[in-house]
Amino acid sequence: MMAKKKKMKSLKGLSLQVIPFSEIHNLTIAQRVKKILNLILGNRIVILHGRLRPEEEARLIEDTMAMVDHVKGFTGIELAVIEPDLKEQTIFFKFRHGIAKRLVGNNSALTIVGPANVVKEIRRDPKKLELMLS
Amino acid sequence: MLKILKKFSMRVWRGIFSRRRDFKIGFYGPPNAGKTSLANRICKDWTGEEMGTVSNVPHETRRVQIKEEVNIKYKGKELQFKMIDTPGIATKIDYENFLKFGLKKGTAKKRAREATQGIIEAIQWLDDVDAVIVVLDSSQNPYSQVNITIIGNLVARKIPVLIVANKIDLKKSDVKKIERAFPEYEVVGISAKEGKHIDDFYESLYKLTKKI
Repeated sequence: MMAKKKKMKSLKGLSLQVIPFSEIHNLTIAQRVKKILNLILGNRIVILHGRLRPEEEARLIEDTMAMVDHVKGFTGIELAVIEPDLKEQTIFFKFRHGIAKRLVGNNSALTIVGPANVVKEIRRDPKKLELMLS
Repeated sequence: MLKILKKFSMRVWRGIFSRRRDFKIGFYGPPNAGKTSLANRICKDWTGEEMGTVSNVPHETRRVQIKEEVNIKYKGKELQFKMIDTPGIATKIDYENFLKFGLKKGTAKKRAREATQGIIEAIQWLDDVDAVIVVLDSSQNPYSQVNITIIGNLVARKIPVLIVANKIDLKKSDVKKIERAFPEYEVVGISAKEGKHIDDFYESLYKLTKKI
């Protein structure tokens, strides 16, 4: 009974939030970043269907740093993006993927963002992604 | 065809009459990759003085440091530029990590606060540099999101990039891994600390400025 209680305690607080690309598609950079950071501050790991643009990723880091300074106990984020490997795909697939990307944005990728006090490290190599939790 | 001719004549015109001497070259990368060590090496080689302090404790550089004029005369070529050494970019800063290096709690908290400001400042400088040298620690995994974000931002802003795989003097160094991670870019392996392959770096630096 005690062991069960202990196990329950160690699992407490891990929460995942999936955001479909359609939910952020029409938001401005500031709104997208704010939405993600609000969830992160609620100790949630965000799985975003799609990928932020490079300037949005930079803005996310900037705003995160500003919050580290102002929010007690918040130490930052862990961030990783997984994208399909197009190297092995046919030219037709790459062409189709390129057109889709231009029309609806890069939603074939997955972006994972977690609070640094929950996600200790995201180990990434081209083929796999490992989330090391605290 | 017209466009090509126009571009060609512009290049010739620029080459003859308006040789730019005010390049701003930024040094970017994650913390502890050796940006300031490389900046110091260049400064010592060509100006005789160092640019900033280096340390094993991460986030030693917490303000953007500028060397207004660096003149390189090397193998008959000449290059003049402004050098911008930026704080290491990270997505998290925990003052407790600095305690492991023997810093007192107050000092560690101050360092963390300054480091967050430094990261913001470094990102803002991205809008104001003409070319960037991304310095990576060749003994570390290059597939970190910070590296990808930095390079992605440079590509989006059409800023020419040279990747320096630093710390080749370390046993775990793997320059090939960095080359595999960023196949579209020129990668030069060096040891800023020991001065290894620094000649190759200067050659690559000349090539980089030609892309501006």
